[in-house]
Amino acid sequence: MADPVVVAALLLTAFMATAVVLTRDPACQAIVLSAYGLVLGILFVVLQAPDVAMSQAAVGTVVVPLIVILAIHAIRRHHIRSSGDGDAP
Amino acid sequence: MSPRGRLIVFLFGGAGLAVLFVLATGHLPDFGGSWHPYGERTVSNALLRQTPNVVSSINFDQRAFDTLGEELILMASALAAVVVLRGVRAEQEEDAGAHAYGPAEVFDALRITGYLLLPVTLVAGVYIVAHGYLSPGGGFQGGIVLGSAIHLIYLAGDYPALARVRPVPMFESGEAVAAGVFVLLAVAVTGHVTAMNAAVGLEVGCAVVLVLARFFDQALLVRTSS
Repeated sequence: MADPVVVAALLLTAFMATAVVLTRDPACQAIVLSAYGLVLGILFVVLQAPDVAMSQAAVGTVVVPLIVILAIHAIRRHHIRSSGDGDAP
Repeated sequence: MSPRGRLIVFLFGGAGLAVLFVLATGHLPDFGGSWHPYGERTVSNALLRQTPNVVSSINFDQRAFDTLGEELILMASALAAVVVLRGVRAEQEEDAGAHAYGPAEVFDALRITGYLLLPVTLVAGVYIVAHGYLSPGGGFQGGIVLGSAIHLIYLAGDYPALARVRPVPMFESGEAVAAGVFVLLAVAVTGHVTAMNAAVGLEVGCAVVLVLARFFDQALLVRTSS
């Protein structure tokens, strides 16, 4: 536990996780979540699990934030359609 | 379900999880210590098989079992996404070409970066799948890299091109066939690591593409008919 690199990576992960929780706007949160995924991947590399880090980097930084953004976009489209009769952009 | 009923179900499940968690982690070795019971057991098991490569033996012989679990979980979630997000009667899908969804107005730098990164990422994904038996990586990781790499086309601003690149029925059958092949290889214990990796990579890549395709449809094309 005394390894300073491990401690630094753990602190960075905790910091980014807190940042994700404290971000209020869902769209911004998806971007912060992506950064958190990258930091988590770094932690896995530091803990000598490079193959887990690879899946984490791909899923945590690309797939999950993309799904969140698409879901938010779908919700906004449906809201615009159901409130005004206007065409969604 | 009433809030009270939900709370009771949660307390029940939470208590069960807490008990199992404490039981499971109580005897774990300390963090960063020099005592590695799991390592000793796997290495001695691998040596019993008289394998030329201990790391590959552990990864693809002893741990192929949990790859099978992971892969079937992913397949189940892809299936769930396809079923839950299918078009229902009150909704209809618009043609991708009916919109100005692409090529969209994006910065030239972003477009060029996307197009430059696409072949590099695809090659890296294939490399991770093909070289997985010697270096960190393998079918699962490479498959995810391949599946997400295709979406660089969307990030470069061209949704119709992305829709043309990934015909959904082909990916659906690709996923099913790859999952079946992997189960057959795992049951038959052929030990052919490269073939197994390729099957896992194909299955995972197809699953990622399928799940994202459903979300793209919802976000961009499905609308409620009034």
